[in-house]
Amino acid sequence: MMPSCKKASELMSQGQDRALGTLEGLQLKLHLLICQRCRRVTRHLGFLREAIRRYRDGN
Amino acid sequence: MTGIPQPAAIEGERGYLLRYARLQLRNPAQAEDAVQETLLAAIEGAARFSGKSSLRTWLTGILKHKIIDQLRRSAREQPFAAADDDRAETEAIDALFAGDGHWREMPADWGSPDAALENSRFRAALELCLQRLPERTARVFMMREVMEMPTGEICQELQITATNCWVMLHRARLILRECLEQTWFDPPRR
Repeated sequence: MMPSCKKASELMSQGQDRALGTLEGLQLKLHLLICQRCRRVTRHLGFLREAIRRYRDGN
Repeated sequence: MTGIPQPAAIEGERGYLLRYARLQLRNPAQAEDAVQETLLAAIEGAARFSGKSSLRTWLTGILKHKIIDQLRRSAREQPFAAADDDRAETEAIDALFAGDGHWREMPADWGSPDAALENSRFRAALELCLQRLPERTARVFMMREVMEMPTGEICQELQITATNCWVMLHRARLILRECLEQTWFDPPRR
């Protein structure tokens, strides 16, 4: 079953907080293969994490 | 040159510690208190600094404890109860998706954080978006992203379930993403 973007975004987010299960990881990967919007959002979440840490550290 | 850090060196980290504390605590007076307590504890306990980590890392470790103390203090005064924010946040998230659960808008290409962070106006936009996060959501999000606490510890500290924690982190990230998209990256509309 292909998850919706909303569900995919939940998995992307949780992927920053815990190790995703095999099935979850596979579902997300498949979704990202076909969904450009979610590929961008995945990059945005990585961007946010890095930007906040660098902002915190003042560089 | 290793050895007991001098008070002046400890004091020299005040600016860094204050920015860190403000991100998590939001309340400037509380942040100030946490930093003050940290500097005092560090000066008194300077002999315990092993030199294995940097002075900044050591001080940050102390600050984290002081921040947690502050969070506990404010939790006693104003309990961490489910707030009215909850429905508004759920609606804000739902509004991002069409009926079939797909993104309504094409997300913009953000490029790299390096390029963005060089721009002081971007840092101001990021700050504003972080400030706009609802209180309760922000607390969880900052514990995760600023203090880098594992979600298990956050749940325990705030007495919430792991699922609740993940839901709040998901919301925080999407709300923040949307805020930066709207205020900074200004995407083409489809």
